[in-house]
Amino acid sequence: MKQSITLGKVTKFMGLGFLSTLKDLFTGKLEKEDLKSFLRKVVVPLASILLFLGLWHLGAKSLYNTEAEFKIEKALNDQGPEAAEAMRECIASGDISCQPNTLPSPAKVWDSYQSLLKDHQIISADKAAFAEKTAALNEKRVAEGKEPIVYTGRPSFVDQIFRSLKTVFAGFLLALLIAVPLGIFIGLSPTLKSAFNWFIQIFKPVSPVVWYLLVFMIVKTLLIDSSEDSSFTISFISVGLCSMWATLVNTAMGVSAVDKDYINVAKVLKLGTFQKIFKVILPSSLPLIFTGLKITMSVGWMVLIAIELLAQSPGLGTFVWEEFQNGANDSNAKIIVAMFVIGIIGFLLDRLMLFVQNSVSFEKTDAI
Amino acid sequence: MSTIIKDKKTTGLEENGLFPSNEVMLDLKQLKKVYPTPKGDYVVLEDLNLQIKKEEFVTIIGHSGCGKTTMLSMIAGLNPISGGNISVLGRHIKGPGPDRGVIFQAPSLMPWMTSLQNVLLGVNQVFPDATKVQRNDIAKYYLQKVGLEDAFHKKASDLSQGMQQRVGIARAFAIKPKVLLLDEPFGMLDSLTRGELQDTLIDIWNKEKITAVMITHDVDEAIFLADRVVMMTSGPRAKIGDVLEIDFERPRTRKAVLEHDDYYKYRKHLIDFLEH
Repeated sequence: MKQSITLGKVTKFMGLGFLSTLKDLFTGKLEKEDLKSFLRKVVVPLASILLFLGLWHLGAKSLYNTEAEFKIEKALNDQGPEAAEAMRECIASGDISCQPNTLPSPAKVWDSYQSLLKDHQIISADKAAFAEKTAALNEKRVAEGKEPIVYTGRPSFVDQIFRSLKTVFAGFLLALLIAVPLGIFIGLSPTLKSAFNWFIQIFKPVSPVVWYLLVFMIVKTLLIDSSEDSSFTISFISVGLCSMWATLVNTAMGVSAVDKDYINVAKVLKLGTFQKIFKVILPSSLPLIFTGLKITMSVGWMVLIAIELLAQSPGLGTFVWEEFQNGANDSNAKIIVAMFVIGIIGFLLDRLMLFVQNSVSFEKTDAI
Repeated sequence: MSTIIKDKKTTGLEENGLFPSNEVMLDLKQLKKVYPTPKGDYVVLEDLNLQIKKEEFVTIIGHSGCGKTTMLSMIAGLNPISGGNISVLGRHIKGPGPDRGVIFQAPSLMPWMTSLQNVLLGVNQVFPDATKVQRNDIAKYYLQKVGLEDAFHKKASDLSQGMQQRVGIARAFAIKPKVLLLDEPFGMLDSLTRGELQDTLIDIWNKEKITAVMITHDVDEAIFLADRVVMMTSGPRAKIGDVLEIDFERPRTRKAVLEHDDYYKYRKHLIDFLEH
């Protein structure tokens, strides 16, 4: 059945149902009885966001003061009262060289966000200029059979987001290609199930860091002759291996627990093994397979940051780690920006998977 | 219409072998079903003998848990036989097969398929040599017969219970089985829908005349549809308790059946059996 896409449906799918209530409020469609649901759906979330920002602001302020007093105290003890007074003035003036290094306030994080965007615009412009400048030369080099010159400048924050997304999708694809077929075989055959069960039970709880090290050992040797950077390969394989277990277990469970009625129908109609698998067993286990894939996607995104950080593969993980090592005045604020970006992208990926899940399966699952 | 009730108070064993063998479609001999339990064997069915003629519609009635469904699923080949045998046209059955179509209590459609695809699932299996167009035509013909000409491409999960069971009927008839087995197919429907579906079933059956065995709890349904009503004793060790011939002419209409003089005699007979 084709359904028209309306604002209401889209926002409901996004889990942002209160937006359509908000629209009703402004278009005057809201009934008095809806007031209660308006309060619950719009006012309460907005209030909780404001409360969160307020607590954050107060907490950051108190941490800032603690750190500042400690700095002044230290100056007083080490260098005497004049140095302490100088430090107090320096902090009050907002000079970058002596700012306390602690949890940034919401306002600072917002500023960093703006500056990261500006940085991205600068780098993009730089890249475009570089491409323009080298276009003619590259054409000539390609015609001569030489490698074209590529931009090797620093990636912007936005570039790193896309790099991370690329890694997580590659890892997700790997998990899908391994876990779904394997899960189907395990679900179909009790023999295979007992053969693989110990394997799954033991490797499922292994930490992402250990997976990374294992993949590193293997890939490093395999690519020993290759001059190419293996960090991307290592990180996406690690992400795939870490996150595939949910899909593997769910697929096996879905396949082995097909409704007995459907199996009876297949038996009565004497469907062949192939037809039974593709027309009955697989479609009926799709909802569980997709539940598994949804978990795989969110686990993959979660472990990605840690793995990128270890693998030194460009992306959000490396960004966070570099900012932490950097220790510049706005580093902490940038880390918090990255935190929100990671959270929001994770949420959107989850919604994407839910959407795919709902469109392929016959049972409708509500957003949780 | 004949007004004589052929009321044979006979045991199942004497009933067995009444018909010439070339008229028999389905033959149950000394059928036995035992479920092993920790406390020893539980005998569900024992010494069950029943012959069903070609083109006969038989309904089976009995108390809940007496083993009717067990018997039906044994005929379908979905439940192994503990003793005795079941044969279709003189050949012992081995497992399930499309010569015995089943209409289950739950519609058991694949919810991700359209009604047409559900019917085609069986048709493709039974007529592998037919062209795609021919197979589509067969499936569509039967869907039309059950009144679903507007719902070929609707997903099974979007259909009502009654409509789903209509697809179930179409699916069973479309594979042209020798025997049709119906396990309380209308038990989950409201009485209005049940009546409509009984009419649909009997209309299509009148054309196809496929030997049918149907389990039901509903005395009126049993009389309206059947040539013979088979009454089963209560378990354990259930067997055929009594058989009642229904001598109404076919095709029947509900109105004619209800107004017939014999209707209440038949009804009383069945209720008397069930109350003892």
